[in-house]
Amino acid sequence: MGTEPMQSDLGLYDYLPWPGRPKITWPGGKKLAVWIAPNIEFYEYDPPNNPTRTPWGRPNPDVLQYSHRDYGNRAGWQRMMAAMDRAGFRGSVSLNVALCDHHPEIIRACADRGWEFFSHGIYNTRYVYNMTIDQEREIIRDAFDTVRKHTGQELAGWLSPALSNNLWTMDILAEAGIQYTCDMFHDDQPMPVKVRSGKLISMPYSLEMNDVIVYNSQKVTPRHYGEIIRRQFDQLYRESDESGMVMCIPLHPYLVGQPHRIDAFAEAIDYIAGHDGVWQATGREIAEAYHASGAYDAMTAAAARHAQGDR
Amino acid sequence: MSLPENYLDYPARRYGMDHDRYDWSDMFARKPIAWPGGARVALSIVTHVQHFPLDMPAKPFKAPGALSMPYPDFRYFTNRDYGNRIGVFRILRLLAEKGLQTSFAVNGCIATRYPALLKAVVEGGHEVVAHGLDMGKVHHSGLSVDDEDAIIAETLRLLRGATGQPVEGWLSPGRAQGFNTPELLARNGIRWNLDWANDDLPYPMRTTEGPLLAMPLAYETDDRVVANEYFQSEPEWVQQVKDRFDVLYRESAEYGGRVMSLPLHSWVSGMPYRVEYLREVLDYILGHDGVWTAPVGQIAAAAESQV
Repeated sequence: MGTEPMQSDLGLYDYLPWPGRPKITWPGGKKLAVWIAPNIEFYEYDPPNNPTRTPWGRPNPDVLQYSHRDYGNRAGWQRMMAAMDRAGFRGSVSLNVALCDHHPEIIRACADRGWEFFSHGIYNTRYVYNMTIDQEREIIRDAFDTVRKHTGQELAGWLSPALSNNLWTMDILAEAGIQYTCDMFHDDQPMPVKVRSGKLISMPYSLEMNDVIVYNSQKVTPRHYGEIIRRQFDQLYRESDESGMVMCIPLHPYLVGQPHRIDAFAEAIDYIAGHDGVWQATGREIAEAYHASGAYDAMTAAAARHAQGDR
Repeated sequence: MSLPENYLDYPARRYGMDHDRYDWSDMFARKPIAWPGGARVALSIVTHVQHFPLDMPAKPFKAPGALSMPYPDFRYFTNRDYGNRIGVFRILRLLAEKGLQTSFAVNGCIATRYPALLKAVVEGGHEVVAHGLDMGKVHHSGLSVDDEDAIIAETLRLLRGATGQPVEGWLSPGRAQGFNTPELLARNGIRWNLDWANDDLPYPMRTTEGPLLAMPLAYETDDRVVANEYFQSEPEWVQQVKDRFDVLYRESAEYGGRVMSLPLHSWVSGMPYRVEYLREVLDYILGHDGVWTAPVGQIAAAAESQV
């Protein structure tokens, strides 16, 4: 950031059109990997300002917005978890890791269910904008240590806090041992990310299945959310006859866990779980299967061939 | 651009909340609340009665529903005022037809601007909740303690004087508070407030001036939010309110009493083409056994010793 000139392309992946790609096969012969990523977040009451983004719309404390988000940690998470339990989905938690300190009870309930934790930064009110590369390395270290200490898990995935990024972010995630990033929305299949060292996968997450986009930006009704989840699933499930795809449903318990919203969501994931060809996976499991099946190497090679003119 | 020195310091990273205002608690692990008569759901209807001054300031922020056209904004000044002339009476008439006693969150200035309105609310058997002085007087941490205290005291003086009610409930314009607001409310005899959107049940707050209860008020099924922020239709509002009730009603069988809050605005639900949808909502909810409709103050009183 700062004095660096802006660049016109992220430069993090090669173009690789959908037709003609190497085939992806998921474990057990399943067609479509479906993973659910609850963002279990902590927004601060009185956060410091970042020159690029002010955490709250009103001066601190923004009691209405703060309390709206806090709803997720008092009430919404239980409804969301019950719906996922019923449909047999384990979560891959996009975790503001400070929540381990604030609400260990929620962490324990997720861990007891075998849910995966990946990092969504320290707080959702601290952005990586304007950080030095060493400051950003420090939050990655903090996230690894905090999640290990509280859950025994070694972080595999990353979603930058509030989707804030620097151009070097992917390099330092891979350098720290992160296996997959959720910050890019360019594909329905996991894809290699071009990083300086290590191997990093871009895991299909989703903006448009994400309840925060659906409810806070698109402002749709809960029943419409249930409808678009089913439609997204139906299409990807059909297409996965040819090659395995990934569907993600990113959630926020303060939104999906509202009483007027939970049933429409619960019915939609029951519908998904009722299909035999669905692999109910976590992010880490998908990343591991992607490597184990040879898909990472095959996609990397295919992208290189395409870039060299074999089009 | 650079970050403040302390950007990677987290002084409030500790167990529970990052402030002392209230304790964290899992709503599904609490001792069940029992409502009077064994009711399953307390229905808390809160109708907002608001005055938007023509010269309302834009800084530090405007309360939702604020005038938004260039000064002098005839359009929204009068549209909001419609609620005070016609809309509120249309809602009062419906509530009377249903035999319901509810709460009206009223800007303090209404007491002097429209005493007949306030009189009708009181004579209808409803409770008046203080809703700040007017919609241009938002509470925020940039106000001095004395200035904010004066706004609260004046609001309560006006409403208590005009209604003869104790007026112990508070809803800030735009549900906005500063760091000191809960202390100042408690100091001025307020026992409960509706500003915080983090729970479906009452819970205790801590202030240096004594206890304060947080009473639930739905945010995203509020008639104004659905109509004017989400641009959703009346049938879509009805559906979401019914769905909300259904889940709370269902949960009450296992987890104890719930609060179903129904925030209304006289200038939104009081419109001719909307009021029959309000009737549909009320008919649906009241068609269930075990629904106790009461002013927020009565719900707070019933909950106080249990939370």
